[in-house]
This record gives sequence, structure tokens and C-alpha cells, in this order.
Amino acid sequence: MSEKLDRLTACLEEKIKGRIRSLRQACDELTLEVSAGDLPGVAGTLRRDPELGFDMLVDVCGVDYSAYGVTEWTTESSTAEGFSRGVEKSTFGRFTFDETPPASGRTGPRYAVVYHLLSLTHNHRLRIRVFCEDDEFPTMPSLVEVWNSANWFEREAFDLFGIVFNGHPDLRRILTDYGFVGHPFRKDFPLVGHVEMRYDPEQRRVIYQPVTITPRVLVPRVIRKDHRYLDDAAEEKSADA
Amino acid sequence: MPEIRNYTLNFGPQHPAAHGVLRLVLEMDGEVVQRADPHIGLLHRGTEKLAESKPYNQSIGYMDRLDYMSMMVNEHGYVKAIERLMGIEPPLRAQYIRVMFDEITRILNHLLWLGTHALDVGAMTMFLYCFREREDLIDCYEAVSGSRMHATYYRPGGVHRDLPGTMAQYEPSRWKSAADVKRLNESRSGSLLDFIEDFTRRFPACVDEYETLLTDNRIWKQRTVGIGVVSPERARQMGLTGPMLRGSGVAWDLRKKQPYAVYDRMDFDIPVGVNGDSYDRYLVRIEEMRQSNRIIRQCVDWLKANPGPVMIDDHKVAPPPREEMKADMESLIHHFKLFTEGYCVPEGEVYSAVEHPKGEFAVYLISDGANKPYRVKVRPPGFVHLSALDEMSRGHMLADVVTLIGSLDIVFGEIDR
Repeated sequence: MSEKLDRLTACLEEKIKGRIRSLRQACDELTLEVSAGDLPGVAGTLRRDPELGFDMLVDVCGVDYSAYGVTEWTTESSTAEGFSRGVEKSTFGRFTFDETPPASGRTGPRYAVVYHLLSLTHNHRLRIRVFCEDDEFPTMPSLVEVWNSANWFEREAFDLFGIVFNGHPDLRRILTDYGFVGHPFRKDFPLVGHVEMRYDPEQRRVIYQPVTITPRVLVPRVIRKDHRYLDDAAEEKSADA
Repeated sequence: MPEIRNYTLNFGPQHPAAHGVLRLVLEMDGEVVQRADPHIGLLHRGTEKLAESKPYNQSIGYMDRLDYMSMMVNEHGYVKAIERLMGIEPPLRAQYIRVMFDEITRILNHLLWLGTHALDVGAMTMFLYCFREREDLIDCYEAVSGSRMHATYYRPGGVHRDLPGTMAQYEPSRWKSAADVKRLNESRSGSLLDFIEDFTRRFPACVDEYETLLTDNRIWKQRTVGIGVVSPERARQMGLTGPMLRGSGVAWDLRKKQPYAVYDRMDFDIPVGVNGDSYDRYLVRIEEMRQSNRIIRQCVDWLKANPGPVMIDDHKVAPPPREEMKADMESLIHHFKLFTEGYCVPEGEVYSAVEHPKGEFAVYLISDGANKPYRVKVRPPGFVHLSALDEMSRGHMLADVVTLIGSLDIVFGEIDR
């Protein structure tokens, strides 16, 4: 498997030289990072070049990296606060619609779009990650012209993350309700949502009102850095290098 | 006489042929479809967002509810993603059990598809025939997990428990005489594997029976031949996978091309269509049921000869047995930690694809090292197939849209997620 990936890596380095931001191999998978401006050109090469031959785009996925590494429980030192330290409002499962979540301290762009490509002729896969340059108004060039299957996936990423795909023929919401406000998969969108819908017998119609349910996530989010995970991480890093 | 103009037709969301909650806005010219605009999302439950707020194991049950017609294959995709990130390998017996249940699920899915597709097109009998066999397979689900549909049976590191030695029996009642019960219980007297083996012996004849009703049926052919033709080039361009791609003549099957679990040890063939129309896709799926039956048979033979563990022995991932937990302090701590906090998955990302009955089902998992996933993206095959409906239905009659929806084999649990 890795031999095949090495060959693909070498091929990519040759064909899209100068446009690669990073090219990493992990878990038997190859991840390519390019800039948003280079994406349409790179995508065209990947699809048309006979040696690469990525004839299928299998998945497009938006990611919001703003809460990456945020935890709710200190694991490296002991505290005197008992279990209460686990139920403080911290990540998105716990805050209500009128609160703002804490920042992660992560620097770098917030939104990314991840593409998964598949080549039926050569039987290999590739992942492309492209970060959106502007956090306030994330945009990305559309790939519908290159692979038609991107159409609905891009609509989905727009709907759930608010990433605007330039050049998309029909960028409408797809999964959320008609008239929905906000982008629900962003990390600062509460799990309980903003509004709920019910039938009002007095007005004799369906109405929207602010949510009445309270957030309730019982298991705190924990990152453990004990020896088990450290060993794995160190091994992986040495394997990458 | 006034000129007939284009008009818009609303199809669904409450339509028996909409297979759930599909709302189609059809632009018609007379009875010919000019444009189809599917409105989806009426079943959107935010599975991916919910999974982000839960420890890894608690989301396995959500995977069942994605494509609620092929429950265990969804679990397989999710569980495999976690296993690959953690770098653990389930015991061989667990992998055989997974393959066997994946194929049982494939038959379950295709039976439901065949029954409802034929029902939409007008063949009522098929529905009854298919549900007769589904019942036996759902009993296998029940025997192994206690649940008839949403099994939550696959776990990271193996499967929840080994195959049971007995099957549930029928009891005489007002509706079932003693003689009936005796006949029904005949195949249930042994273990689950005996029951499945008996099923694999019966099933090919059942498929023959379905084929007698449909394959050469004049009406069936009139309704499906030449409807929704997709060329291999267009199929790739639109991202079609599974039987939709194979129906167009592309021999692509992840079980063969990128084998996972123990599919590389199985002997089976990939059926491929020629014309890429609804009829070819029907033939491909019918043949897939026969091939699944072959795989199940091979798994049963292996599982009968090779007892062994079905879960890895690492109690940082898999809970210790109940009896051990009651006597051993270490096991109690493991149990407590696993069920209150879960396990942390090393930082990284993985895309784990399986050959789902409907196409390529995949889970893209990003972990930041926490006990909950950072992002779970489900790659649903039906979502992509439904997006091709517009192109496939153009120029066809309104009644053919029903055939096409059936031929796409869509389930809204996975499309809307």
C-alpha cells in the first residue's frame, strides 16, 4: 500500500510542482494541501492527467477548525474542584443560544474544505485540504465544472458552514429548513439550536419560538496525553519525517 | 384552444413512491419532465453534529439510523474508521462475523429495494415475497444483538458478543397451530449458524422465484428497459458508486479493489451491467444477492470450524467481561472509565470506505486527540445518486420518475443525515 502511495507522491510532486503547500502520508492515506487560488488548476490536472487519473470526486466536506483542541477537563495536573470541573460550559454541546463559546487559541484559518478523490483506473485515493483565506466571509472556487458530483456536496458545505463556492451554478441551502438562519455545523452554533417549531392552537398555525430545551451533554471533552497516546504520536511523527 | 405551457408539479413529500420524505419539484412539458429539483433535508437530524458531542462508542447507534435499511454496514464504516485511527485490528473471527453480517445486510437491503421498487411499478406480489425472506434475516439480527433493526452490534475492536448457540422459537398461539409451529421451528432447533446455513440453502430458490415474476415479465421490462440510461463516463462524472456504477458497466467494487475485513479471502464475482438502464441495475442487484449468499455460506463454514475471541483483549478500548468486573479491581476501573469518559483516539484523520449495498459509504473522521470526534463526515451514497436524478429523468415521462426513484435505491436516513 505505502509503495503505491510513494509512487503517487512522486508523481504529484512532479505534476503540480510549486503549487503544493504540504503533502503528507498518514494512516495509509495521502493528504495534499493547496491554496484556494491554485485549487481549480490543480483539480484540472488531477482529473485530466492520465498518470493521476482522478476521475471521481467522492466527497466534499467542510470543516470548522475554531474549536480544535478545546477540552473541558484538565488531565495533566490534579485540581481540587472535583467533578464540577467537568460540567463547566466550554464546548458547543453545553452553551445556550445567547452565550458565546470560548476561543481555542488556535491560530491560522478557521474554515477548510476537504475533498476526497478516487481514481477508478489506478485504484488510488487522495485527500485535498484547502483552507479558506477569509474567516469572516469564507469563499472557495467551485469544482462543479471539473467534477459534476461536487454540486450537492458544495451546497451542503455552504448550508452547514456558510462557505461560499464561487462559480457554483445553484448555491442554495440543501439540508436545513426553508428560511433557516445561520450555519448549524459551525462550532459556535449551539447544539440545541436557536429556534424551535410548534403548532400554536391560538393562532392556528405553526410558529417558531426561541428554544426552551437546555443544553445537556454529560460526558466532558477530554484530551489525554498519557504514555499510551504519546507513544503513538511520537511514532507517527517519526514515520512522517 | 389555449396553448399548453410548462407547469410545475409538486411530488411528495407525502407520496408512497417517494421512499420517505422526498419532495420533488418537477417542471413538466405535458407529461414529459423538463427538470427535476429534489428538495431534501426533511429528515435532517444533525447526526454528524450530535456525534461531535458524544464519546466515540455512543455514536455507533446513530450509524444504524443513517441508512436504516442497511444498518450493520453503516456501523462497519464508522467502527473501521476508529480502528484505523487507533491502529487496532479486531480478531479474525470478529472480521468473519462482520463480513457475514455485512452480506446478510446486503440481502436485507436488496430485498427491501426489490419489494418496494416492484410495488412502485405495480407488482404487489413481490413485496410480500421479499418480506417473507427479510423476516428470517431480521431474526438473525435479533438473535445476535437483541434488536431487529438497529443492532449496534459492531464495536471498535470486534463485535459485541459471539454468535448465540440457540435461536428463538415460535410458540403455539391462536394464529399458529402446533403443526405450524413444529414446521417453523425445524430450522431453529440448532445454533444461529445452523439457521443461517439453512437460509443459504433455501435462498437461491427464492431468488429464482423473484426472477420468474419479474425478469422476463413484459410489463416489468416495458417499465424499466431504457429508462434512466447512464453512460460509464457520466456515471463517474456524477460520482455514482455501487450497483449504480456497475449497472453502467464499470467493474468497480471496493470489496474486490480495496478489500477490508476478510473480503480478500472470499470467493465471489462482481456482476456488471451493459446498457446502464434501470433494468440492468435490477439485474445487477439480483445477482448481488446470489453472490452475497455465496459469501455468507463461506463465512458460516469458517465460523463453524474456528471458534475464538470476537473482541480484542485491550481493556482500554473494549470493556472487560461482566464477571471479571465484579471480582477484579483493575477491570472495575477500566469499566468505569470506558463508560463515563470513553477512550481517546490519537490525533489524526481517516477516510474509511466500505462497499455499502447502495454504493460507497464512508466515514471521514477527524480527531484532535479527545474522547469525542472533532468532525464526523458521512459520505452517503444515496445523496450523490439522488443528485443525478435531475439528469436521469430529463425527457422521461412522469411515471418513469417513479421507476427512477426506485432504481436509485434511496433511503432518506442517509441522504438527510
